[in-house]
Formats: sequence, C-alpha cells, structure tokens
Amino acid sequence: MSMTEDTATPKRPSGFWSYANPVKFLGLSERVLPALWGLAALSLIVGLIWGFFFTPDDFRQGSTVKIIYLHVPSAMMAINAWVMMLVASLIWLIRRHHVSALAAKAAAPVGVVMTLIALCTGAIWGQPMWGDWWAWDPRLTSFLILFLFYLGYIALWEAIEDPDTAADLTSVLCLVGSVFAVLSRYAVNFWNQGLHQGASLSLDKEENVADVFYFPLLVCIAGFVLLFLALVLYRTGTEIRLRRTRALQAREARL
Amino acid sequence: MTALLRRDLKLAVRAGGGFGLGLAFFLIVTVLVPFGVGPQSELLSRIAPGILWLGALLACLLSLDRLLALDWEDGTLDLLATSPLPLEAALGIKALAHWITTGLPLVLAVPVLGILLNLPAQGYGWLVLSLLLGTPALSVIGTFGAALTVGVKRGGLLMSLLVLPLYVPTLIFGAEAARRGATGMDPLTPLLMLSGITAGVVAIMPFASAAALRVNLR
Repeated sequence: MSMTEDTATPKRPSGFWSYANPVKFLGLSERVLPALWGLAALSLIVGLIWGFFFTPDDFRQGSTVKIIYLHVPSAMMAINAWVMMLVASLIWLIRRHHVSALAAKAAAPVGVVMTLIALCTGAIWGQPMWGDWWAWDPRLTSFLILFLFYLGYIALWEAIEDPDTAADLTSVLCLVGSVFAVLSRYAVNFWNQGLHQGASLSLDKEENVADVFYFPLLVCIAGFVLLFLALVLYRTGTEIRLRRTRALQAREARL
Repeated sequence: MTALLRRDLKLAVRAGGGFGLGLAFFLIVTVLVPFGVGPQSELLSRIAPGILWLGALLACLLSLDRLLALDWEDGTLDLLATSPLPLEAALGIKALAHWITTGLPLVLAVPVLGILLNLPAQGYGWLVLSLLLGTPALSVIGTFGAALTVGVKRGGLLMSLLVLPLYVPTLIFGAEAARRGATGMDPLTPLLMLSGITAGVVAIMPFASAAALRVNLR
C-alpha cells in the first residue's frame, strides 16, 4: 500500500472500469443493493396495486387486460437481459474482466425466468382472449426460441469445469446466439406470413394502451428494471464470493 | 488443404466411420412418420416437405459429434492448430468433408424418400434444390457446435441443445421453399433467403468455430 507500490503499477483504471476490480465492485454493490431492493419493492407494490385495483376494466377485454402489468415488463426484461449478457460477454472477450463474465453468468437465470413469466402470463391472457393457450404467432414463437437460447447458454456454463474456458465459450456462444436470435426473429415473421396470420393477434401496445393503463405500466416497468438490476448485482456478488471460496479451498488443500 | 479433405473423407468412408448411418437414420425417420400420423396420402403429401427437411436436419445433427471428437482424442486437432494452415481453414475443410459425407448423400436420397411420403411431383426439384442450398449451412453451424463442446465429456446432448436453436432460420426458409414448391407457389423468395443464410454462415462461422476451438485447445 506504499507509494512505491502504487507507482509501480503502470496505470490505475479510473471511473467506470475501476469497478472491474472485484473488491471495489463488491463494495459498491453492497452500498447500492439495499436502496435497489427497496426501490424495486416500492415501485412494484405501487405499480401492481395501482394497476390491479385502481384502473378500470377494458371495455372489450374485461379484467384480463390487467395481466399487462406483469407481461409487458417481464417480456422487456427478458430481451434486455440477453442484451446485457451480450455486452458483458463482449467486455469479457475484449478486456478480460472477470466481474463482467460473472455478471453475464448471473444474468442468465434471471433472464430465463423473465422469459418464462412472459410466456406464462401470455398464455393465461391468451386462453380467454384468443381461446387458446398457445398460437404460433411470430412474437410468441421468437420468445420460445429465445427461451431455448437461454437454456443452451446456461447448460454450457454448467457443463464446463474450468471457469475461464467456460466464460470464453459462453461468450462466443452469446455473440453467435445473438446474431441467430435476431435472424430467427425475422425468419419467424416471414414464416408466419406464409400461414396467413394477420396482425389481429398481436397487441400494439404503444398505440392501443390508454393513459389510465399507461402510467401504472411505466411504474411496473421501472420496478422490473430495478428488480433485475438488484438480482444481477446480488447474484454477481455471490459468484465472486463463490470463486474466492474455491480459491481459498484450493490454497488450503495445497498446504 | 486437399490432403486434409482427402483424409477426412477416407476416414468417414472406411469401417467405423459411420458414413451410411446418417442416411439410414433419415430412412428410418421417414418410415416412422406414417406410423405416427397415419397413412392418409393427402395428409402425408402435405407434410412431406417439412418432414423431409426435419429428417435431413436431424440426420446432420446425429453425425456431428464424430466431426471433431475423434480428432480431439488422438491429438490431431493439436497438430492442426500448430500447422501452417489457419485453424479457420482447417475447420472449413472439416465442415466441407462433413457435408460431402452427410449432406450430399441426404440430398441425393431425398427423391426416393419423397415417394414414400407421397410428395407431389412438382415438389421434387424444389425440395432437392432447397436441401442442396441449405445443408451446407447445417454442416457449418454444426461445426461451431462441435467446436464449442469438444472438451466436454459426453457432450452430444449438450451440443444438440446448443445447435438446434441455431438451425431455426435455415429450417424455416428451407422447409418453406420446399413447401411452396410442392404446393405450386413461387418458392423464389425463401430460396434466396436460404442461399443468403448459407453464404453468410459459410463466410463467418469458421471464424467463430476456430475461436471456440482455440479456447478448448488452450
């Protein structure tokens, strides 16, 4: 900790990149996490109660419209979680920061749960509205494919023992998978046109939703974003501590 | 490069190479489908293009874990990695060998199997053409999956889980082209999209496969 040691290291990263240091990252996340949990809980409680009990029923859809407060935010986060994993994977591949790889690993199970929530709430809404739990609508289909991508990504993390190899391979898979996920999205659009399903099935949210529904929805989306951030920070901290425990155990075994 | 290609082809054709296995699997899948859905010929002829595409895809998938695993075990891959030939080119050649021993026989066998599924006469040409354009993409994407999982013991199932979602766009456009061809619609658009996917994948995927294999060889 002396001055000479400080000057010996060529360049100390500052600002954003300094949080690639696990100790600094853990310090920050410990300070931020209580506030994040609190804000997430607050906005979810406010948004959901507002949405469920203090908005009118839709004149066509009745009370089923209220599932929108779970469906839309979780669907958004399912996609955003993958984008976050993509960015974290790129940072790992380019700058080799371990925290980044662990954050990508930590986000995947959260993303898969968000995808499942979106699919399940969609099915629950679809049963009374479309008369069916499932339809091969492009949106639904591409979400199912996204779900498969998540499963493959998590399975690859689990299958490889060496942590650095696993981080490298999953990052490559995440990059390639992103390209193919986008490709599949448009391929599915094309395939669906061939089946003559019109846009009547998909709900154009931005234009259709009236203000009464829109504001509680915004609060719910904010709640899901905060919840996702809190979960990922928490899980990344767990991963860092897990790795540190393993290193300590390995050192003890050597003595 | 040609030496590597010749070696891979020889290994595949000789005993234990599993050359005919993919074809036999394709045949069995095609035979089993009517048992599953019933023998009505109009139903079969409607689903024939999709079933044949799916069968070809699964047969491709089945032979993927042989693609790199044997060379990984006996150290050939380490030699390839240190040879002057870039690893990207070596993997491209390996994908080509896989296509010649698996994809091409499937394409050639598909007209015979089309008879079994009562494929409409106008559909044969388009089905063969779409498979001819699409199966190289399956081999190249599969090489990526094999390179990712080559270090995992018994990674065959894991590889299927990784590779099958990547096959979605190819399958959609390929089967759509074959289906439109069989029903007398214009299959040009999906065929063009399919060729685009194949061309893009052939150009880019060897780099991703080589990156994954380098990590595994470290």
